[in-house]
Amino acid sequence: MPDGTIAAHDEHHGRHHPALQHHFQDLDQQHEASTLGMWLFLVTEVMFFGGLILAYTLYRIWYPVAWALGSEELNIYMGGFNTIVLIGSSLTMALAVRSAQTGAQRATVGWLVLTIALGLTFLVVKFFEYKEKFETGHVPGPNFHFLRGGVESPESPHVQIFFSLYFALTGVHALHMIIGVGLMSVIATMAYRKRFSPEWYTPVELGGLYWHFVDIVWIFLFPLLYLVDRSHHIV
Amino acid sequence: MSGHISPTSTYLTIFAALMACTILTVIAAFINLGNLNFPVALTIAVFKATLVVLFFMHVKYGSRLTKLVVGTAFFFLGIMLTLTLTDYLSRGWFTAPARSTSAGAITSLTGPLTTGVRPLEQAPQNSPK
Repeated sequence: MPDGTIAAHDEHHGRHHPALQHHFQDLDQQHEASTLGMWLFLVTEVMFFGGLILAYTLYRIWYPVAWALGSEELNIYMGGFNTIVLIGSSLTMALAVRSAQTGAQRATVGWLVLTIALGLTFLVVKFFEYKEKFETGHVPGPNFHFLRGGVESPESPHVQIFFSLYFALTGVHALHMIIGVGLMSVIATMAYRKRFSPEWYTPVELGGLYWHFVDIVWIFLFPLLYLVDRSHHIV
Repeated sequence: MSGHISPTSTYLTIFAALMACTILTVIAAFINLGNLNFPVALTIAVFKATLVVLFFMHVKYGSRLTKLVVGTAFFFLGIMLTLTLTDYLSRGWFTAPARSTSAGAITSLTGPLTTGVRPLEQAPQNSPK
């Protein structure tokens, strides 16, 4: 803004933080409203993933054998590794928010970059998991095959439902991860340009809420998809 | 801005607890607990999610309004899951009168999760022609 405009603005409103929008009384109130808005968005996300998990639960009740067979085909090491990676990324995200709160701007950038790196690690592992599913014919569709001892298993149609839900749940989750990495890149750039201060770091906080939510979804997906009936050997 | 700033040690403690729970859930999955495997896995997941929501997402230090909104989300999720499952899990518990089929009989399937519920494609035997 040209100096004249700033002078006119200050005369009209009084000096205030550049991030403060005029319909809020102060930054605290603005931050409170932003956090509430983000949570309202996350409420819709809870219901979105909740619906998919409900579908998963009902089919699991109907086809427990198919669920056990399908789950055993998933790579528990890759799934477990990704769980650790994602929880680790939640820790780095929380530390990024803390750095922003305390005004440690370089540390904020560092933690955000680390969070992005862990997020990308998750996606790379997911890519190799998907690749293996394509190679073994476990992708639902006309080319789906579920062989037991060289012949198509009688449970094959039901196992296909398991893999449909597997791809729906992990696919939508991976999409959220990709969006999250994009958001973090923007926020890391803002942090690099020293946009944040202990007075105003709302984008870091809200980005963190989103990132932690995506982590929570995986906390449920890991046992639901990878750890079905590993101990019963009901087949 | 007067947001609550947690000490780094809090975040590290929560991270360690989440890691311990992850190991616990994998170990529990390989121990045969009968019908309890699924509830145990879900309980651990809910506990982990609660830690993340309270400490990483700062709801513990949030305003009452935020807590109310968060609580409402999971309350309504609970309604959706519970009401739907009361329907699906109780199908086949009772036989409708004046039917000769024994669809209501609890059929023993293998596996820990069956409660006498029959797959959808077997439903027509129970419906009037």
